[in-house]
Amino acid sequence: MKIILNGKEEQVEERTTVAGLVKLKGFAPGTVIVEYNNELVKQENWDATVLKSDDRLEILRFVGGG
Amino acid sequence: MNDVLKIGGQELNNRLFLGTGKFSSNKYIPEVVRISGVQVVTVALRRVDPEYEEENIAAFVPQDCVLMPNTSGARNAQEAVRIARLARAAGCGNWVKIEVITDNRYLLPDNDETVKATEILAGEGFVVLPYMSPDLAAAKKLVAAGAAAVMPLGAPIGSNRGLKTKELVRILIDEIPLPVIVDAGIGRPSEAAEAMEMGAAAVLVNTAIATAGDPVAMAGAFSLAVKAGRMAYLAEPGETVEYARASSPLTGFLRD
Repeated sequence: MKIILNGKEEQVEERTTVAGLVKLKGFAPGTVIVEYNNELVKQENWDATVLKSDDRLEILRFVGGG
Repeated sequence: MNDVLKIGGQELNNRLFLGTGKFSSNKYIPEVVRISGVQVVTVALRRVDPEYEEENIAAFVPQDCVLMPNTSGARNAQEAVRIARLARAAGCGNWVKIEVITDNRYLLPDNDETVKATEILAGEGFVVLPYMSPDLAAAKKLVAAGAAAVMPLGAPIGSNRGLKTKELVRILIDEIPLPVIVDAGIGRPSEAAEAMEMGAAAVLVNTAIATAGDPVAMAGAFSLAVKAGRMAYLAEPGETVEYARASSPLTGFLRD
């Protein structure tokens, strides 16, 4: 199914969770934050958040900035 | 000397704020914080780049610092509000530096959108420190919108050009009943001291420290300069005059 990840269309398996997506992308939990359909998903809820077709996700990170 | 800067319920003893961009290695950051004693540290929020394994910047910032995420990348108030909410939800605390920029060459802030974002976020309980062009009317609107401080630029971000906006910043210091923090453009410790001598509440420095040959030593130099400038401000500098006024007595000369 299709999702929008960081502004780009991606295909993922049905029933992929946020936790699964983060792992699939190779990011260590605790180093990134995830916005799911315009709401932040706390890490403890990543396993329980199952993606649906056309969901919009952002995987973000704090970086150096002034 | 008990000289405390109160912002958003925090009592700060250190008037140098640190930006964390552009360090050649993030390993400098804890050292810079230690030598300068900074208590407020800015970070940014970005999409991850799968091609490039970046470090989690928060891991390099000592726990007792106030983390102040900025809204860099925001082009309007709504985008700034979204970034601020995300950062707070992610556990960053409730401080935010509003940065709304539509000009890519000079990176000058959009004061109108900044006022809008400030009003929304202050209403949601954020401690809002807006980065702004030093304009008195805009600064008054930021006060009315609930800002905790105003942060006028000294010169364009990252330019190291110093306090080019000095006369306008001086007017803000004179007229605005909030801490005025000079943010952006400060390139040398002497310029930080200059801002503090004229009554700025603090200065925020990033590029000048991060891109110095020795960032840790430069952070130490900035820390001393900010303290010296603040001490001089509190000591009330003497007046300036056009012609010489002898410092030694004008009587009792050894001559015929």
